[in-house]
Amino acid sequence: MVGFGLNGHRVTVQVEAFSSLADVLRTRLGLTGTKKGCNQGACGACTVLVDDRRVLSCLMLAVQAQGRSVTTIEGVGTPDALHDLQREFVTADGFQCGFCTSGQICSALGMLEEIDAGIPSAVADHVAAQPDPTELEIRERMSGNLCRCGAYNGIVAAVRAYAGRERAR
Amino acid sequence: MLARPATRLNPMDLSSMGVGSSIPFLNTDEVLVDGQPVAVVVAETIEAAEHAAGLVEAAYETSELSADFGAALGSATPVKGMPVGPELSGRRGDARAALAKAPVTVDLTFTTPQQNHNAIEPHTTTAWWEGNRLTVQEGTQNLDWSRKVLARAFGVPATDVRVVSPFVGGAFGGKSKVWAGTIIACLAARVVRRPVRLALSREGVYRTVGGRTPTRQRVALGATADGHLTALVHTSVSRRGRVGGGPEQIVACSLDLYDADTILAEQSIVELDLMSNTAMRAPGETQGTYAVESAVDELAVALDLDPVDLRLRNQPGERRPVSRARYSHRRLAETLERGRDLFGWADRPAPGTRDGATLVGWGVAAAIHPAWEFPANVRLTAEVTGQVRLECAFHEMGMGSATAVTQVVADLLGVDPADVAIGYGESQLPTGPGAGGSAQTASIAGSVEKACARLRTRVDALAAKAGRPAGSPVADVLAAAGQPSLTVQVGADDGPRAMVGQARFLGKMLVDSRRWKRAATGAHYCEVRIDADTGELRVTRWLGVFDIGRVVNPRLASSQLRGGIVMGLGMALGEETIIDPRSGRIMNPSLAEYHVPVHADVPRIDVVTLDDPDPTMPLGIVGAGEVGITGVSAAVANAVRHATGRRLTELPMTLDTIHG
Amino acid sequence: MSTIGYAVPASVEEAVATVAATPGAVYLGGGTNLVDLVREGIATPSLLVDVTRLPMDRIEAADGGLLIGAAVRNTDLAANRVVRERFPVLSQAIVMGASGQIRNMATVGGNLLQRTRCLYFYDDGAPCNKREPGTGCGAAEGSNRMGAILGASEHCVAVHPSDLAVALAVLDAQVEVLGPSGPRTVALADLHRLPGDTPHLDTTLAPGELVTAVRIPSLPMARRSRYRKVRDRASYAFALVSVAVALDLDGGTVRGVRVALGGVAHKPWRATVLEQRLTGGPAGDAAFRSAAEAELAGATPGRDTAFKVGLAVRTVTAVLRQLRDEGGAA
Ligand SMILES: Cc1cc2nc3c(=O)[nH]c(=O)nc-3n(C[C@H](O)[C@H](O)[C@H](O)COP(=O)(O)OP(=O)(O)OC[C@H]3O[C@@H](n4cnc5c(N)ncnc54)[C@H](O)[C@@H]3O)c2cc1C
Ligand code: SF4
Ligand code: FES
Ligand code: FES
Repeated sequence: MVGFGLNGHRVTVQVEAFSSLADVLRTRLGLTGTKKGCNQGACGACTVLVDDRRVLSCLMLAVQAQGRSVTTIEGVGTPDALHDLQREFVTADGFQCGFCTSGQICSALGMLEEIDAGIPSAVADHVAAQPDPTELEIRERMSGNLCRCGAYNGIVAAVRAYAGRERAR
Repeated sequence: MLARPATRLNPMDLSSMGVGSSIPFLNTDEVLVDGQPVAVVVAETIEAAEHAAGLVEAAYETSELSADFGAALGSATPVKGMPVGPELSGRRGDARAALAKAPVTVDLTFTTPQQNHNAIEPHTTTAWWEGNRLTVQEGTQNLDWSRKVLARAFGVPATDVRVVSPFVGGAFGGKSKVWAGTIIACLAARVVRRPVRLALSREGVYRTVGGRTPTRQRVALGATADGHLTALVHTSVSRRGRVGGGPEQIVACSLDLYDADTILAEQSIVELDLMSNTAMRAPGETQGTYAVESAVDELAVALDLDPVDLRLRNQPGERRPVSRARYSHRRLAETLERGRDLFGWADRPAPGTRDGATLVGWGVAAAIHPAWEFPANVRLTAEVTGQVRLECAFHEMGMGSATAVTQVVADLLGVDPADVAIGYGESQLPTGPGAGGSAQTASIAGSVEKACARLRTRVDALAAKAGRPAGSPVADVLAAAGQPSLTVQVGADDGPRAMVGQARFLGKMLVDSRRWKRAATGAHYCEVRIDADTGELRVTRWLGVFDIGRVVNPRLASSQLRGGIVMGLGMALGEETIIDPRSGRIMNPSLAEYHVPVHADVPRIDVVTLDDPDPTMPLGIVGAGEVGITGVSAAVANAVRHATGRRLTELPMTLDTIHG
Repeated sequence: MSTIGYAVPASVEEAVATVAATPGAVYLGGGTNLVDLVREGIATPSLLVDVTRLPMDRIEAADGGLLIGAAVRNTDLAANRVVRERFPVLSQAIVMGASGQIRNMATVGGNLLQRTRCLYFYDDGAPCNKREPGTGCGAAEGSNRMGAILGASEHCVAVHPSDLAVALAVLDAQVEVLGPSGPRTVALADLHRLPGDTPHLDTTLAPGELVTAVRIPSLPMARRSRYRKVRDRASYAFALVSVAVALDLDGGTVRGVRVALGGVAHKPWRATVLEQRLTGGPAGDAAFRSAAEAELAGATPGRDTAFKVGLAVRTVTAVLRQLRDEGGAA
């Protein structure tokens, strides 16, 4: 048995010790917005937020979520109430097939928190001091999320636009 | 239990092209390629199935293996094209003699490795039987081939096979045929009499779905001192699997790119004990343009000519250099010129320019991909409510096809796009074109145009009866005639009319290909930066200018073109399916070790389209899905040449090939 | 259906006792390597003992250096203010590894003990002395651009993939471990080993030993330190060659220098030959290069790794040059 917060609710599910969080979300909890592109940490499609940090749900065991708070794309926004970042993805054409998109969006939300928290990246040491994440910075920090359709330009534009608006607020 | 699938092409039934390989899965004790499934375990949960699969033991006797492309080159046999379809050879004059006499020559040999599609969605099939009726849910690029191939494999009528594929998580050619996972899921469902889902692991996709053929190509060019091409020789060896695959049209681009006095284009092929190769985004054109556009650049260096000028000087006129068929419309020169201005080519730095620790280079290359048109059956229904419904079994893999078709229908009928509904992604609908050859939108548009005209005629007839003027709004006429709806159909799916339709299609294709050459073209301009110490190569700027005929939706078209360029960057910089020739085994079946581009590899990509309708294509549409990737590797290689003085002839251009 | 169990121990002692008492039990950090290895059938644990909830998740200042808990996440170590000021090489090495998501999950202990990415090690169809001792080495004659050029043996030519470990090697880190027979400290330099004829052993840890912390001693010269990673993609790829350097100059003379290389050996490769040659000598380009060449003189590259020798020399030289030219910037 494992219990954790899921998109603002508490859930308890019977799981096997080696079930991944991704599989439990998708097959036991019916949240298929989280995608599996590789099941080995190499594509980022399965990215979710755990205690507001972006992680790969294919490499995290469901039992490790005990007592944590998990946010999946279903908790980020709904078709009727899109999250602002989702709206920017639509505006900037940040996808084609959409299979990587939920991972990109969860990753971007976690990534922007990391910038705010002053966590360094390989591009810049002191990004916290920067008013606006540059394209280079976003690309480096989002490199764990592959998009084979090649919608990278649109994704970066969407994240930039969203980050700019958040900061303006 | 399973019929052995034929991979030979039956001209009257193109669905035979939908067979991934000739392997009779689970119905043979012979293992023909590494990765061939030998057993399937069905269980209630995925955990149980995986556990049980781990307990299966197989014992093998071994036999000789031929899996080394490089070693097999000597045994290649020539291939010839079919009367319709991609071209695999061509000859104008005596190119070898002209080459020998040419004042300036370049003669280069290029190597490209196998690549794999790597759509982020792995192939997953859910199958169930109700009696002898089969339903299959999976991502496919060809509903029609799927249902027919499965029908033949399981000995049931094609009308009893229903394939459902509302959204496809990327495909790039990898989901256009029927591969092991689909067949085995259907087989398992039949045996256990319950729905079965089979989800391939990423490794499973690598091992059971074919990739792009590797090539060894020679391009030899002869020119006069002022840059007039006198000879163009382009030969290529590719590989198929003994279990299936084809040559890929590698030298086809050489029949159209330049108006050389003499041309020789030839292909040969080797057969290896490897999984079939299969179409991957611009199959053949991608590898071919890499070689030709690299060689042309090298010739420009040899001639001390600007590479854009050299290309412009050798553009064909109104007719194709070899077959003399007319170009329906050709704007390649314009794309080069527009690109030259927009990129600021006049400011191209001197060769070998250094900026701190990096070397900077600019490159250019042309892009070309033929335009195809396939049969598309459509059903169009107008309702008295003003709603319009267009149905066609086409495919949505992220290209936005449904959006584009909505726009076409709304445009032709003069209705609000919000009132147009599209039915697609399911084989029970009128048979659509496959999503391949960049032909889907144009093919559907052709039939939609006919359907709308037919609807108009029927509505006008009704209008006359109801005393309304011709051309009245459809809904008004239906209301006046007291008719709830009106349906028209273009093309037939089954029966003799379908056969007639198929024959007519092939005939038209043959006539058209003799009369016209239709193609999307373009020009790539790029900047690369290379770390002088390590050889690390980064692409820092990109501009592509394309002629894709009429642009139905600029956002969708640009996204497709960018997507092609990004995949081309992968091919240029890092993609390689590593096969150990000792075992015929793919050694990097993983997204961690097969390097598709990540965010950090991709600069801003500017895309411009000329938006000039092709007069011979439906609504002037040419198709944008594949032309983007052609020429990309060459543009990068040419920029590397400019930065370093080194001509790289091997893909991918990893740092060891640059510095080595 | 799997037969693997999961346990959350209440203390480090309990963790060690549980693993000692349970055949097939292993420690679980972020799981980013272990979970994959289990799926691939390479690791076959009976019990996963989760160490991420143990009280070893803090970074503390200690004698001018740092005491880093083994369960500290890679991201938190990279972001630590003291690390970034005094040991920038460490922060840089971490953020050049893997992806943001993986760094959020990965622990310091797990990163050090991750296993090789050798293609033949990962392929259960291939011979591999590391995975199955005595079966041979598939990589020796195979496709092996990532392979070792220093300290390899005929039995194994794999490299250790960690970036973090390379930076720790240059910082002379000490690893604190707790085993069934009590605590001990090993130098990071001695944690990983060369393959010899026992390549199935990655490290010198005894079975059941838990890494509890990593101690970094005070090293003022590390303020001027840098990590450079050369790889096939601009991001999210393992090192072909990586270099960690700390440099202390007295005018144009090298007062102290430390260099470690990644991607070249079965362990982080501390460049002692180079360090000896440079110390006390001129900080000139030629000296840098010849010292790097001397370090690589013993390289024994394979068919696909010949390029790494020159690459390593040029990369080391470039980073030394860069640190020197940045002058007082540190
Ligand atoms: C796609 C991909 C790319 C990557 N790229 C890089 C890269 O570029 N650079 C890089 O350095 N790494 C890279 N990694 C590897 C990643 O950094 C490691 O997987 C991670 O650091 C391991 O940490 P973990 O806590 O998740 O370890 P786990 O997977 O939990 O454990 C790894 C091993 O350490 C053991 N272990 C864990 N904690 C302890 C402890 N306290 N004491 C004793 N034993 C312990 C486990 O039993 C296991 O054997 C990459 C990984 C992936 C999947
Ligand atoms: S190099 Fe080492 S890990 Fe790789 S196959 Fe050989 S023995 Fe195994
Ligand atoms: S599915 Fe988790 S990273 Fe690919
Ligand atoms: S949108 Fe298809 S993979 Fe990103």
